[in-house]
Amino acid sequence: MSQRRFHLLMAGTLVSALGLPLAALAQDDEVQRDYQIPLPEAPAGEVTFQPPLERDIPDNQYGDMVRKGRDLFVNTQALRGEYVFNEQNCANCHLDAGRLANSAPMWASFGVYPAYRGKNDKVNTLAERIQGCFTYSMNGKPPENGSEPLVAMQTYLHWMATGAPINESLPGRGYPKLEETEQGADRERGAEVYAQQCAVCHGDEGQGQKVGERQVFPPLWGDGAYNWGAGMHRVNTAANFIKANMPLGKPYSLTDQEAWDVAAFINSHERPQDPRRRTLDTLDETAEIFHDHHGFYGQKVDGKRLGDHDNFGENPVPLDG
Amino acid sequence: MTSKRIASGLGLLLGAGLAASQAVALEGDAERGEAAAGTCVACHQADGMGMNNPNGESWPRLAGLPAAYIAKQLHDIKEGRRESPSMMPFANMLDDQQIADVAAYYAELEPWPELPTAYHAADPNDEAEWLAERGDWAEGRMIPACSQCHGPNGQGVGDSFPPLAGQHAGYIVSQLEAWREGKRHNDPNDLMMGVAERLDEAQIELIADYYATLPERIAAQGDAAQEEDGQ
Ligand code: HEC
Ligand code: HEC
Ligand code: HEC
Ligand code: HEC
Repeated sequence: MSQRRFHLLMAGTLVSALGLPLAALAQDDEVQRDYQIPLPEAPAGEVTFQPPLERDIPDNQYGDMVRKGRDLFVNTQALRGEYVFNEQNCANCHLDAGRLANSAPMWASFGVYPAYRGKNDKVNTLAERIQGCFTYSMNGKPPENGSEPLVAMQTYLHWMATGAPINESLPGRGYPKLEETEQGADRERGAEVYAQQCAVCHGDEGQGQKVGERQVFPPLWGDGAYNWGAGMHRVNTAANFIKANMPLGKPYSLTDQEAWDVAAFINSHERPQDPRRRTLDTLDETAEIFHDHHGFYGQKVDGKRLGDHDNFGENPVPLDG
Repeated sequence: MTSKRIASGLGLLLGAGLAASQAVALEGDAERGEAAAGTCVACHQADGMGMNNPNGESWPRLAGLPAAYIAKQLHDIKEGRRESPSMMPFANMLDDQQIADVAAYYAELEPWPELPTAYHAADPNDEAEWLAERGDWAEGRMIPACSQCHGPNGQGVGDSFPPLAGQHAGYIVSQLEAWREGKRHNDPNDLMMGVAERLDEAQIELIADYYATLPERIAAQGDAAQEEDGQ
């Protein structure tokens, strides 16, 4: 089903077809506050924008908030148990503290919000976009509007976008899109790529590695990883990220085929439940409404259906709580 | 798997970039290792601490390196994936069992210093600390922070990423140069080679000194903080 058709359906027939209770319907706005749609392709061309240097953060109250945001972005684990319920830091997927081009850099995102999204038919703010990464990538709870963590992050992004044009997509935004390959993405082939190229850091079981309490290599599946609602759980998004950013220190060293295959491999493992599942009765409904894309949620792998559990990781928070 | 197959498969396994621990299956015995290490003390010293020789070849600290890492290095030196005329004859004297034994001996001799793991913001005006904790992501460089692979404060991660903090400066420089000159090509999937190649000479000097002196500097900071607390 295409996104557009899905949207039309959502407007009318789907609700009655699925027999959704009215309560779920009332929450639609909430449920659909979703950043699942991959970002539009960044314009082609050379990356020319340079974010300011950290040594030039001003020494005033604004600068203090920028530094606070930088610290939370790199060490989001400071919010563990409050807003973060897995082992991730924002910088794990937005490299060089959110500065690196083609690693969904923050300087390229600041100026493109608020943005209208067809899928939820509303204008989404930057705050909501950041909150989305908390809910899904961090398997967490979104910091409230105006709360210090959110203000700090917005201020950090604002500073990083100093001099960037407003309301214009820049080269280097998002992760560069990979063309689909003839062979498609295959998790079995991906397992080999993983063993050869990734396990030395992320571990044989995708568990990552720590030194003491400090995460060094993030887990890629299991309770400490991004959840089933996160953008990274999509095979295409992960393939895009991996091609341009992994193995660490060796960007663009994998073939497109290897990037697709290994993305399929890591994303066909269990991870914390999609938080939107809490508002719906069955896995099938959740899969149908929210997982009409290239991913393994609800699919059978090695005889077990992925996502068929009520393990939300450490996250005790209901979606709207 | 028999040990014979491991020995012959080692090159292949390591070449394929598997974690060092998987290639080392022989159980080492530290006591036997001490006996086999008799010839090593000339350079690595009786306490396994090695020595910094500003005007000549520096000898690395071995005490407290992970056993699997030590064993891998000795196999790599024997098989020419790490070229070192000084070390080669001594590695060649050891059979697979003796390698496992000396590895166990040095790993246990004295633990590598444990350093703080908590996040602290790197100082943007301290070039060495910035490289260690944040890297150099300028175009054409793309160097991750050393700590992203070598752990917080460069104290090492698992068996595959050796500690740097407290290693001798002269030795760190020599290894970075060895990668650049193609004399060391034993790292899993060339993970370290690319980093070494993209560093410049000034960065190499800076970072070697930074890591060599880091444990002392952290200890001094700790003392200063304690004194303040006491006042
Ligand atoms: C597990 C990986 C992951 C983590 C962790 C993560 N993100 Fe993201 N983030 C993504 C993905 C994937 C996208 C969408 C990229 C795409 O679709 O091409 C994204 C997009 C964004 C965007 C929008 C970028 C744009 O150009 O529109 C912002 C802003 C953002 N993330 C902020 C954050 C913040 C703040 C955190 C920490 C609280 C965070 N992210 C943590 C994966 C992650
Ligand atoms: C040298 C170690 C290393 C290797 C090898 C490596 N990674 Fe990573 N990976 C990292 C680190 C470190 C991060 C976090 C980056 C950061 O914080 O700057 C990361 C982040 C990621 C992420 C972001 C998701 C998350 O949950 O935070 C994915 C996905 C990923 N790696 C996949 C792979 C794949 C697939 C491979 C093999 C092709 C691979 N990595 C190889 C070190 C490595
Ligand atoms: C003549 C001096 C000398 C002697 C004797 C010597 N070594 Fe070495 N060793 C070196 C030097 C020099 C290096 C650095 C080699 C290089 O540049 O690759 C080294 C490196 C090593 C390394 C790698 C350390 C690392 O951090 O990667 C190990 C392990 C090692 N030696 C073990 C031994 C053992 C075990 C013995 C005794 C059987 C021994 N060495 C005897 C000089 C010596
Ligand atoms: C992408 C991962 C990665 C990054 C980033 C990285 N290293 Fe390494 N480094 C390695 C690996 C893996 C080894 C061990 C190679 C082997 O098995 O022999 C290593 C080994 C070393 C050694 C040799 C240690 C010894 O005892 O022989 C030195 C010195 C070193 N690295 C310095 C650095 C410095 C300085 C930086 C930052 C500028 C850095 N590394 C960044 C992966 C990395």
